[in-house]
Amino acid sequence: MHDKPPAAAGPPPPKGTITGAQAVVKFLLDRGLKTVFGYPGGAVIPLYDALYKSGVRHILARHEQGAVHMADGFARATGSVGVVIATSGPGATNLVTGLANAHMDSVPLLAITGQVPTTSIGSDSFQEADIYGISIPITKYNYLVKNADELVESLAEGLHIARTGRPGPVLVDIPKDVQTSYLKYGEPNEIRLPGRDPGEPPSEAAVAALAEALERSQRPVFYVGGGAVAAGVAEDILRLAEGSDAAVATSLLAKGVFPDGHPLSLGLPGMHGPKYSNMAINESDLIVGLGVRFDDRVVGDVRRFAPFAKIAHVDVDPAEIGKRLQVELPVAGDLKLVLKALQGELKPGPKPRWRARVAELKKKHPLQAPESPEVVKPQKLVSLLSEAAGEDAIFVTDVGQHQMWCAQFLSVKKPRRFLSSGGLGTMGFGLPAAIGAALGAEKLQVVAVCGDGGFQMTLQELACARQYDVPVKIVISDNGCLGMVRQWQQFFHKRRYSETIFQFNPDFARLAEVFGVPGRRVEKPRDLPGAVDWLFQTKGAALLDVFVDPEENVLPMIPAGKGQTDFYEAET
Amino acid sequence: MKKIISILVRNKPGVLSHVAGLVTRRAYNVESIAAGPTEDRKITRITLVVSGDEKVLEQVVRQIQKLVDVIKVDGIPHESAMTGELALITVSLPRERKSELMNLVSLLGMTVKTIEKDSITLQVAGSAQRVDSAINGLSPFTIKSMARTGLVALPLGQNGEGADPFP
Ligand SMILES: Cc1ncc(C[n+]2csc(CCOP(=O)(O)OP(=O)(O)O)c2C)c(N)n1
Ligand SMILES: [Mg+2]
Repeated sequence: MHDKPPAAAGPPPPKGTITGAQAVVKFLLDRGLKTVFGYPGGAVIPLYDALYKSGVRHILARHEQGAVHMADGFARATGSVGVVIATSGPGATNLVTGLANAHMDSVPLLAITGQVPTTSIGSDSFQEADIYGISIPITKYNYLVKNADELVESLAEGLHIARTGRPGPVLVDIPKDVQTSYLKYGEPNEIRLPGRDPGEPPSEAAVAALAEALERSQRPVFYVGGGAVAAGVAEDILRLAEGSDAAVATSLLAKGVFPDGHPLSLGLPGMHGPKYSNMAINESDLIVGLGVRFDDRVVGDVRRFAPFAKIAHVDVDPAEIGKRLQVELPVAGDLKLVLKALQGELKPGPKPRWRARVAELKKKHPLQAPESPEVVKPQKLVSLLSEAAGEDAIFVTDVGQHQMWCAQFLSVKKPRRFLSSGGLGTMGFGLPAAIGAALGAEKLQVVAVCGDGGFQMTLQELACARQYDVPVKIVISDNGCLGMVRQWQQFFHKRRYSETIFQFNPDFARLAEVFGVPGRRVEKPRDLPGAVDWLFQTKGAALLDVFVDPEENVLPMIPAGKGQTDFYEAET
Repeated sequence: MKKIISILVRNKPGVLSHVAGLVTRRAYNVESIAAGPTEDRKITRITLVVSGDEKVLEQVVRQIQKLVDVIKVDGIPHESAMTGELALITVSLPRERKSELMNLVSLLGMTVKTIEKDSITLQVAGSAQRVDSAINGLSPFTIKSMARTGLVALPLGQNGEGADPFP
């Protein structure tokens, strides 16, 4: 092993130049992107050589999908850009799910991939894949850097695109010969992009119309989405909601933007939201969407969503406005700017009758948390974890029933404290995203809640958690089945459980031990509190495998495409 | 309903794939797509002809507007656009019908590109209707091959439109 790069063969580098690979590293360091996640390979060997002892902290995942979810969790927890590096061909294609996931949830990522040398591109050479073409529909923007002179400019523009406006993942594909070419590193010019400037002030008329509607409204509801997290407007929303007595529903991505437990909080709207949330929306006379997509899992039947309400929609991405619903009050613009302008316009008035009605709905139609002395009820597990972890913990979920129980029963009071794969619903997200979050938010306790199915999709990242001593607490809501799919089969397919019951599962606690992570299993409700204590008192990473009721269902449920109060009546 | 979408984009490699990919991915119906330089070599104009209902078309325009390389998008109703198209058509030419064909060619406002032993290649340019009627007019003959450029368009009465300065 050499610490200094061996003397290069061939002519000495021209004065004042560095290699493309060195330029990438310099760029990352200059922009403060000091933590990167990745996995090496032939087409990125020059880049990894430049990373060696460079001051960039590189986290070696055990699969590129793990690396990209880690970068994603890092970005969601910190608000900065997540960086992921992969080699050409299979390394790059292993990023696909993670890029699509980040794209759907508007997470800023910079993905750097190696590519075969420019002279071989297009010839089906070894480990060549057209990741530029493949990633067009799943990134906000992407580059194939064919010339070393364009490298720094592409990185700078890409980073700018990833984190401005509606954030998203950007991929920069760098052929191996571009990494080894010499270039003069110059600070790129100020970045100017064509089209609309997302920093433009919102239309005054649109803001005034919204203010007027809000003053007139007797039953306002704010429907808040991930855009509010990106814009950092939790406090503005709290002030505005309290000032105008608006009830606040938070999408899955916005959980925590408005404090759970607040008298005006409606929690999650839509398919698995509490009844009171959907009933309040159903009674509302004004829905104000704030950085949210009006997703089909929330809206259900478009014609029957909020039938008495005017719809207002504020979003930095004008293409979202009116995409699914007819919007009477559209406001395109940065949420921060719009809310500030709105605050100036608004003469808020209390609406005691609406406040009382919301309180009444919440009291009459609360979420049901079943109890049992025989078997752990997953809802109970989630409540216990929420109490034990405290208000400042970051919860990361995987995808399935446990995810919805987390959305329902975790009490989250701040933004960036609940991370979940919303738009794509990617099983396998939980563990790696939690590792990334823990590496980004080092002072906070990170808890990953996974299903037994999803955990098995990326569990090799236990090795990564162990290697870097990432103190992530992993809880498996272990129902021995693909619970969410089983639930649909129970409700809509006559209990024909086709391929959703695991006839075999490993012993997850012992499996964790093999990875050097302490593990425990809980089978009975009486052992649960002690085990949860153990989990949080154990130093470093630890795993708790909790056997939960395999027959439990996520309720209430509005079947896909149904109206807002068409709650499914499950026989029990 | 048919609509012309005129798009000014940064002249970057891959920009056509971004636009074409978006349109096909969303299952919008594309009738034609044409791209070429503008008066500014850094800017390319892409002309799309799409069909679908009004709401779908509005979505296409907004989604295209969102692409990073897009400078400007105009959805232009057919009646307020200057449009043009070019077609090359090779028809087989039985020797005894040569004068009949040549009559048609001048009647239909076509020009002759090349003449081979038993075929002739013609060119017609103009509105889509004109190209259509030229092709229909050739029906007494056998068309061996044909290439159409797809429509290019500029909005009516906006001379110099599209010259948004972009560094
Ligand atoms: C990668 C991927 N494959 C398939 C699915 C479909 N799917 C959604 S939820 C689910 C079941 C998840 O099971 P598990 O991880 O055990 O969680 P549970 O629902 O049991 O809590 C499946 C298969 C998905 N969301 N992601
Ligand atoms: Mg399960």
